[in-house]
Amino acid sequence: MLLKSVKKSLLVLTLGLTASAASWAQEVKLLNVSYDPTRELYAEFNKAFVAHWQKTANQKVTVSQSHGGSGKQARSVIDGLAADVVTLALAYDIDALYDEAKLIPENWQSRLPNNSSPYTSTIVFVVRKGNPKNIKDWDDLVKPGIQVITPNPKTSGGARWNYLAAWAYAKKAYGSDEKAREFVAKLYKNVPVLDSGARGSTTTFAQRQLGDVFLSWENEAFLIEKEFGVGKFEVIVPSLSILAEPPVTVVDKNVEKNGTRKVAEAYLNFLYSKEGQEIAGKNFYRPRDPEVAAKFSNIFPEVKLVTIDEEFGGWRKAQTEHFSDGGIFDQIYQPQ
Amino acid sequence: MAGAVSNLGRRSANITDAVSEPFLVRWGLIAVALIFLALFLVIPLIAVFKEAFSKGVEVYFASIREPDAWAAVKLTLLAAAIAVPLNVIFGISAAWAITKFRFRGKQVLITLIDLPFAVSPVVAGLIYVLLFGTKGWLGPWLGEHDIKIIFAVPGIVLATIFVTFPFVARELIPLMEEQGTSYEEAALTLGASGWQTFWKVTLPSIKWGLLYGIILCNARAMGEFGAVSVVSGHIRGQTNTLPLHIEILYNEYQFAAAFAAASLLAGLALVTLAVKSFLEWQHVRDREKAARAAAQQE
Repeated sequence: MLLKSVKKSLLVLTLGLTASAASWAQEVKLLNVSYDPTRELYAEFNKAFVAHWQKTANQKVTVSQSHGGSGKQARSVIDGLAADVVTLALAYDIDALYDEAKLIPENWQSRLPNNSSPYTSTIVFVVRKGNPKNIKDWDDLVKPGIQVITPNPKTSGGARWNYLAAWAYAKKAYGSDEKAREFVAKLYKNVPVLDSGARGSTTTFAQRQLGDVFLSWENEAFLIEKEFGVGKFEVIVPSLSILAEPPVTVVDKNVEKNGTRKVAEAYLNFLYSKEGQEIAGKNFYRPRDPEVAAKFSNIFPEVKLVTIDEEFGGWRKAQTEHFSDGGIFDQIYQPQ
Repeated sequence: MAGAVSNLGRRSANITDAVSEPFLVRWGLIAVALIFLALFLVIPLIAVFKEAFSKGVEVYFASIREPDAWAAVKLTLLAAAIAVPLNVIFGISAAWAITKFRFRGKQVLITLIDLPFAVSPVVAGLIYVLLFGTKGWLGPWLGEHDIKIIFAVPGIVLATIFVTFPFVARELIPLMEEQGTSYEEAALTLGASGWQTFWKVTLPSIKWGLLYGIILCNARAMGEFGAVSVVSGHIRGQTNTLPLHIEILYNEYQFAAAFAAASLLAGLALVTLAVKSFLEWQHVRDREKAARAAAQQE
């Protein structure tokens, strides 16, 4: 009698264990480590991907998010934050995953189309209602008495794009790197405070009402309108700006350890799908897909855009020249 | 004990002196204190609650019940539930060792206990990154054995333990020093064992200080931001504590939700303060009772 009941309970136990093991295998978890302004984009995208993966692979997936300054997030992944995919602000921060810890192969950026950047953005100006200081283009930012809000290019990806966009404009307008350097130095004299990340700057400008003009990611500029009320701010598109390509990649070492390569790759590919591109467009990122981009053409104005590769010889070069310790930014910027 | 009674008498004489200050001075001082308190404590506190309810009670409860917020509350409570008992055990042992025994390096130990007060919490967090990060001292070994410390719950608990380390010990050391070792010596000569001495003699005499230390330790454990932020990795629903969750919500322009979560933390702080004053009140009552009993005996 006793033996029988023991046997029975053992049977129940094994059945229970196998059942839970089976359901365990059915569920998969992804961690996407991203930068600051993509919070809203990935909140929406993750929902769509969960449904998509359920339908195509018949597997339940939960996607967790981590957000912060792009450089800081890369540092965390290098230190062991187990990201399956990273979606950061610029290629240099992802290059660091190879340079510092060999988490990804060196040629990571050629693995997906469009330099592994499924959406793009650019840098625009945000001014207060009615544009009281009459700011139209980059030249207006270096005028005396104008306060420019931009985060610290040492820590913020967006801020580096801001800086390089200003540089590219000045070089085109005044003809040489020396003139560009003078121009950018003058511009940073007008910056009263350097926040460490893009979101911090947004709060400084929109919530704390500091400054006359805010250099911002285009998507962040639209978001300010949405969050703080239409009509309180105006978006000014300068005559020339920079093509910002926020790239994405699977973190090879981590997906191999977690056994998530298949779903992680599908996740990134889904960013390039029509549905993914639509979600990017809706969250004010410029879609790569021409068809989807056409749909959003009334939102995104045409801007003359230069790229980092042709103008600055790629991120590695730009980073060492401008933003490394003792680089040009350190030489021209003195905290006030 | 007659000394204690006459002490009381003297104190009441002093109080009469204080009360006899000119009317203007008295009320001027009180007014300054009250205005200061209102400006720097009460108004901000009210602002937190007002902002939290600014979009209505429904939004308030929805933002608290939201899964990520709930996960943050649970993680915060878990970290405190592990850190506080461990630091109580450590604090009592350290205070005991320092005050009841003489040994070499005592001053060094006291200084070491104070270390978490002296270093910035960010540094405290970075220490753990340097130790347990992939590129840190123990990182490669941990990686091979698939053990996660930083960017996971253990890292958060460790960082919390580090910053709350001195609270209990710091509270107990002066108290136990003042009390000296005579009672324990008496107990031991009367044949009590070490444990008996601790439970029946030492613990009752330090219980108020201990409780006070636990409360402070708990308050800091729940409110810690800097050190935890460094080791957290900020994974929503997994490694965000309540203070980190508040920052995230604030950065996402969800001001009402951010302040709702903040009001939870503020509420925890208020409860802590209420418990503290209740204990102090009890403590004073106990003492007076003991003094009266002693006076009657005489």
